[in-house]
Amino acid sequence: MTRRATVTGVGVVAPGATGTKAFWDMLSSGRTATRGITLFDPAGFRSRIAAECDFDPGTVLTPEQTSRMDRYVQFGVAAAQEALAEAGLGVDEELSWRTAVSMGSAVGGTTQLEAEYVEASAGGAAWTIDHRKVSRDLFRVFSPAPLAGEVAESVGARGAVHTVSTGCTSGLDAIGYGLRLIEEGKADVVIAGGAESPVSPITVACFDAIRATSTRNDDPVHASRPFDLTRDGFVLGEGAAVLVLEEAGHARRRGARARCRVSGFATRGNAYHMTGLTREGLEMAEAIDQALWHARVDPSDVDYVNAHGSGTQQNDRHETAAVKRALGAHAHDTLVSSIKSMVGHSLGAIGAIELAACVLAMDHSVVPPTANLEVPDPDCDLDYVPVRAREARLRNILSVGSGFGGFQSAVVLTPGEHTP
Amino acid sequence: MTRRTVITGMGVIAPSGTGVDAFWRSALEGRRSLGRLSRYPCDGYPLTVAGEVRDYDPADDIDSRITVQTDRFTQFALAAADFALKDAELRPDELPAYSFGAVTASAAGGVEFGQREIERLWSRGPAHVGPYQSIAWFYAASTGQLSIRHGLKGPCGVLVADESGGLDAIAHAARDIRYGTTAMLVGGAEAPFAPFSMACQYGHGLLSSAQEPDHAYLPFSTGARGFVPAEGGAMLVLEELEEQEARPVTSRTTTARPQVSVAGHGTTHTGALRHEESAEGLTKAILAALDEAECAPGDIGVVFADGLGVPVADRAEAAALREVFGSALDSVPVTVPKTGYGRAYAGAAALDVTLAALTLRHGLVPPTPYADGTHLGVDLVTGAPRSTSAGAALVLARGLSGGNSALVLRTVPA
Repeated sequence: MTRRATVTGVGVVAPGATGTKAFWDMLSSGRTATRGITLFDPAGFRSRIAAECDFDPGTVLTPEQTSRMDRYVQFGVAAAQEALAEAGLGVDEELSWRTAVSMGSAVGGTTQLEAEYVEASAGGAAWTIDHRKVSRDLFRVFSPAPLAGEVAESVGARGAVHTVSTGCTSGLDAIGYGLRLIEEGKADVVIAGGAESPVSPITVACFDAIRATSTRNDDPVHASRPFDLTRDGFVLGEGAAVLVLEEAGHARRRGARARCRVSGFATRGNAYHMTGLTREGLEMAEAIDQALWHARVDPSDVDYVNAHGSGTQQNDRHETAAVKRALGAHAHDTLVSSIKSMVGHSLGAIGAIELAACVLAMDHSVVPPTANLEVPDPDCDLDYVPVRAREARLRNILSVGSGFGGFQSAVVLTPGEHTP
Repeated sequence: MTRRTVITGMGVIAPSGTGVDAFWRSALEGRRSLGRLSRYPCDGYPLTVAGEVRDYDPADDIDSRITVQTDRFTQFALAAADFALKDAELRPDELPAYSFGAVTASAAGGVEFGQREIERLWSRGPAHVGPYQSIAWFYAASTGQLSIRHGLKGPCGVLVADESGGLDAIAHAARDIRYGTTAMLVGGAEAPFAPFSMACQYGHGLLSSAQEPDHAYLPFSTGARGFVPAEGGAMLVLEELEEQEARPVTSRTTTARPQVSVAGHGTTHTGALRHEESAEGLTKAILAALDEAECAPGDIGVVFADGLGVPVADRAEAAALREVFGSALDSVPVTVPKTGYGRAYAGAAALDVTLAALTLRHGLVPPTPYADGTHLGVDLVTGAPRSTSAGAALVLARGLSGGNSALVLRTVPA
């Protein structure tokens, strides 16, 4: 008997929107949340734009949790709590051991680590830092493992608990790994998603150094321009999203609403370059092929492709080629869009935020738009749903991601058992 | 038909030796490789004893074009993977595209590289951050570089879960093989010795404060006073059993009998620093691993313990073993060879799995160096190696963030 993973809850902390309702309102209206960086003074940096969350931890977390957790962990725990509340799932003693957590993050606690480093090194002056100036709790920040750990503690999960850190595909991969835990019977429930808060000097500086981020500093609201001819790089974002994946029979027995299924996942390495992408996108096409095969979905039945669409020149060409190769002629009939145009690129979180958007899109039968897509690029010739959201019947949705290190990932969502 | 995973190649870089042969010899000798931390001036810091890789520089075996863009932790992984592929006599280009992938576990990431670049940023300004910071310090660096170096286009993954993540990564790779991949490079390697990354860890109070290696890392002992961190790690080549047997090979590891399979895995989470609760978590992880391996407790002939070296954690581990094995625990040898060279975070588990596989193959259990006996009712192997006819080994690892993982290795009947 095949075990299937249904989605019974969704939680989101996104730039411009905390909570799934506000998040969907923003996406469906095409509003962008990119702005000049406020989390630190960006003077002197090449790119001074980010999509930042206006998140008040006090509304969700206890003061003790807030002081213990790094910003990205706070996002992740808040998203997990919303998702679990929506799922209406009480994790009791027996279920706790069957509940797993799989959370993605690319850079983990970098922001806090950097701040403490600056303090302990007298502003970067000393290699052998003064360890007495470092907070005693910093071991909780040192590696991203506590992201999944804190989420587990907040929901009472005691099963398999992993942080996945495959760079910019971490969020998709974490959810894909969660699907496998359910399929293989390792868990009945998986709290799966991603969280990131990378808007800090060192992260901004390292993307500056390779000219990956947008320099449209005088017009931050329109800076993230996936598939637009005038795109000039991605806009750094932050946030978190969590899906409650639940084995279909488990959800059915407790009468939970199965919104859709996570039905296919695959990831591939491009074995090409740490940051460069090929023009052909063969490896991403292979990941798409395999994810669709896993989901038993024919390429011609994909109604919507939630694109990686980061807004770098090479990514958007690469991805367009990959989608065309994987879906064939149907690529021109399907809808494609990138919500990074609105919420930026939150590295290890964005794959989960995008899948949350896909679940909401299926619920509402509406495809969120690619904001700021005004000047078509001849190399990007698919229907990217420019500027305005579009109503569409959505059965099968494909979400793809691509990241530094050559990771290429694809996840497939299909309707839940009770959806007509 | 269930696809089974066997270990066909092993590559090691450890404080006690480079390469599987040297590492195994030193483990059997019970060699003591801990010493005074030399990677940076450690005067005035709480930690002074460490396990460092001193007789091998991975940069000697890796092109300078790659060394400039990688941290030491990735260089360890690349060099260990080269050894493992050679050991397996497997050239990735022999396999069909997309059928060979890589998974690494990391806890620390590229901390030395990262500290250097953050120092440049804060002392000299944003324009002085180099172009490789974005690809050198993040946790996915090693998997990405492995994929490029060997043309691995299969599933590529990265898990971060401290020490237990090292076992979880191996289980994850075995899952990739069950899902259809032919071969996986998997393991972990760490290079945590930069001043700031170690300063991050003083607060948990579990690092050994000993000034002398002889008394620094003594798990299950009344003298236990924390653990000694290490650098290094291991990479393994895993292959699907039947597909592996179908390819022509003559190497020692691939033709060695018995073959050793990755047979079962279990993992639970009981919270950061909740050592007492890890007893129940570890028990459940072990039972899940035995169940998946279709093993009874009596089939396990040797245990490679986590051995944190913190009294409350050691008691919890002993209690978990007692719960699973009952009175039979008295006749199950338990060993912690990493006391000889330290705990290399996610790399520690890969090193333990390497030793466990060699134990099953050679019938010798390596001892626990420095050990001065135990009071917790486990039969700790000390002094000379002990002979065994074990057909299955249990490897345990717990992470500081609260993971409890167990992996069962089994010999494959010829």
